[in-house]
Amino acid sequence: MMAQAEVSLWLAVPVALLLLAGSALALVGSIGLLRLHSFYDRIHAPTLATSLGIGCVLVASMLFFSVTQARPVLHELLIAAFMVVTTPVTLMLLARAALYRDQQEGNPEVPPLPPLPAREERPEG
Amino acid sequence: MTLEELAWSVLSWSLLGAQILLVASMGCAAFRALRGPRAQDRVLALDTMYVNAAMLLLVFGIRTGSTHYFEAALLIALLGFVATAALAKFLMRGEVIE
Amino acid sequence: MRRLLPFPVFAVSLAALWLLLVGSVKPGSLLLAAGFGLAGGWMLVSLTPPDGRLRRLAGIPRLLGLVLVEVLRSNADVARIILRRGGWQPRRSGFVRVRLQMRSPYGLAALACILTTTPGTVWVEYDSVENTMLLHVLDLIDEEAWVGIIKDRWEARLMEIFE
Repeated sequence: MMAQAEVSLWLAVPVALLLLAGSALALVGSIGLLRLHSFYDRIHAPTLATSLGIGCVLVASMLFFSVTQARPVLHELLIAAFMVVTTPVTLMLLARAALYRDQQEGNPEVPPLPPLPAREERPEG
Repeated sequence: MTLEELAWSVLSWSLLGAQILLVASMGCAAFRALRGPRAQDRVLALDTMYVNAAMLLLVFGIRTGSTHYFEAALLIALLGFVATAALAKFLMRGEVIE
Repeated sequence: MRRLLPFPVFAVSLAALWLLLVGSVKPGSLLLAAGFGLAGGWMLVSLTPPDGRLRRLAGIPRLLGLVLVEVLRSNADVARIILRRGGWQPRRSGFVRVRLQMRSPYGLAALACILTTTPGTVWVEYDSVENTMLLHVLDLIDEEAWVGIIKDRWEARLMEIFE
């Protein structure tokens, strides 16, 4: 199933190591999702996959295609940039939603959230 | 075994290993998504699964030697972001579009 | 010049993004990229983004290098915490509220990206009235130390670049 390109050992070993490291980090992150005990701890677990995990796989892909196609293949940088920009947004939204829900239920472990200004000014409906 | 065959087998075994690790990772996340306990846990697990799926597509791209899987990975990442943002907003306000 | 190219940094990065996506530097794609850059800049005008510009570009490579090192280190730390045998030794996670000096929205966005990309810290919330942010830290040994890290390592450098 693989296009049999010429692959030298100098290419194969770094690509292999990067791939294994990246996917192992993703697995560790998901294990953390199972093992850590509160939601606010668990929210840290997927950042392993979104930072270095996918980073390693992207570098491996860039390396592999740049060498086998004999031209710089850099479009993986797009995914890297996208990940760096979007992960804070999703995690922030999720953490705020969780905080808000915990406060609504009167959970004493979470710090008070300042009132949402947009919520109060908006007319109902 | 020549040096080239050795390089080839190193690469294909590591690709297989990476795929197994990523599928296991998706399995863990799926377990958390099913088990909860709360809605935010499920959304977080779903987000993790999106990222893992994007990585899996990239690995698959290297395996087949085609750059087209890159676009699929980019799309999955985009969809994952939109889905998670919408779900988080829903958890916060009880509606997505106000 | 300002009419034609209101947001030069944005326009150039949009054009670069397009070139990366199509993966070629043929005249046709260069032309299209320039078109996208210009059009994107004009469209951004109607969205009225907050003011702000890069004051000092020289600090950026150093900052990126530092972020890379920090990402490597904190990935190892968080992986160790997750895989630690027998559950968890005394380890405390918790929220920290940090008072910031930086006001530039772009600097704050960059700070949020940096803090979330390094595993172990998640930016939860920002209060624009008091200029404080709420952070969740996985391995909160010493609250003072964390505040110091954020202010000295990141905020000072970002303020140098953005303010």
